[in-house]
Amino acid sequence: MNLKTPLGDEVLDLRAGDTVTLSGTIYTARDEAHLRMMEEGIPFDPEGAVVYHCGPVVQDGRLVVAGPTTSARMNAITGFLIDAGVRALVGKGGMGPEVVERLRGRGVYLALTGGCAALAADRMSLSGVYFEDLGMAEAVWVIQIDNLPLTVGIDAHGGDLFRAVREKAKTQFHQRFNIR
Amino acid sequence: MMVNPADPTLSSALADATARALAEAEIRLPPDVLAALRRAAAAERDEIARRELGNILENIALAEERQVPICQDTGVPVVYLTLPPDIAFSPALFEGVREGVRRATAAIPLRPNVVDPLTRENTGDNTGPGMPAVHVTPGDRLTVTVLPKGAGSENVSRIGMLLPSQAKEIPRFVAETMLLAGGKPCPPVILGVGIGGTFDMAAALAKEALLLPVDTMDDYEQELCDAVNALGIGPMGLGGDTTALAVKVKRAACHTASLPVAVNVQCWACRRATVEVER
Repeated sequence: MNLKTPLGDEVLDLRAGDTVTLSGTIYTARDEAHLRMMEEGIPFDPEGAVVYHCGPVVQDGRLVVAGPTTSARMNAITGFLIDAGVRALVGKGGMGPEVVERLRGRGVYLALTGGCAALAADRMSLSGVYFEDLGMAEAVWVIQIDNLPLTVGIDAHGGDLFRAVREKAKTQFHQRFNIR
Repeated sequence: MMVNPADPTLSSALADATARALAEAEIRLPPDVLAALRRAAAAERDEIARRELGNILENIALAEERQVPICQDTGVPVVYLTLPPDIAFSPALFEGVREGVRRATAAIPLRPNVVDPLTRENTGDNTGPGMPAVHVTPGDRLTVTVLPKGAGSENVSRIGMLLPSQAKEIPRFVAETMLLAGGKPCPPVILGVGIGGTFDMAAALAKEALLLPVDTMDDYEQELCDAVNALGIGPMGLGGDTTALAVKVKRAACHTASLPVAVNVQCWACRRATVEVER
């Protein structure tokens, strides 16, 4: 499926493991930006928006590289975004059960290959910034994206590819090391 | 003759070499790591995992073509120097390395990642009190090796003070580290394992193990690697055959009552480069 922002109910049709491409506008946010937004409000229209867990390298107003950061750091500080209408989170490594529940019937988590910062930047251009005082890694950068390749990690029905893999890994671990 | 410790030429030459090593490491993956990724992509049976590995290989090619860093987490530089007998161990060495890091940060550019641990204030140039870490060992030539270390993998690294009777538990400890880490450290990973020494030495050995080439493993390393890959965590934690590209082990003697074991987790972007300082 080719998704385009702002997102709507089409995200409810996605299932964990599906491949999608995403085009339109995304907003980067990491730990510090989440804390600032909780205090001062969301500086962009959150309805149907996509939040990207990313701290890019920016030079002279140009995006040099911009791959995803570890999403799980934002587990406990993500709920307000989904409540405000954010429909998709893009990052790497998956998120905790509180986020899986919050996304139910509302939105999805999309996994971008970690470390693929040059590949990601190849499909992106910078169009604005909020909270620049937080520094390059922590500011909210507004980015236009063109056909970013993503895997649905968590769907809007409680499906969580990361959890399924973790549970299988746990079983393997217990069998191999005879843990009861 | 011993080189003057305050020698500005030495400091400047070391700064140049450090900046060059960082540029090489950040933009181009070492051939042994690239070969391991290609082998993994060819052998992988899981469809999503194959796609993830394909993205990684495409990303590596694009970074080299555009001369940009492989990953936006350009890490914190960990630096290893070898020092020949005619060069004094002096503050000029450390200042040279710091200057090289500052230059590389502006030129490549690198993301400024170094902050105060409590106020989280960013120093802006990837240096700070105690950073970068510089490890010096004797050698025949003056060389600088850099290992830019990203946080996603560093954050899931672990140390265990095992009991002397628990040597057989080491594979379990190593596999458990990846079980707990899941997709967070950007697998496929390379694991540096430090066994023995003291609490701090085990961690230092684990990091040094990441400097070893990944194209060969001894039987013990292979056993650890197989235990990790049996978990099926796969690239990015999305499942698959390839969780670890390699496990490398460094050992040291230890106290008869101790068995320190450290696992330093490294993402697939195992960036490292060595440059000889021109004198």
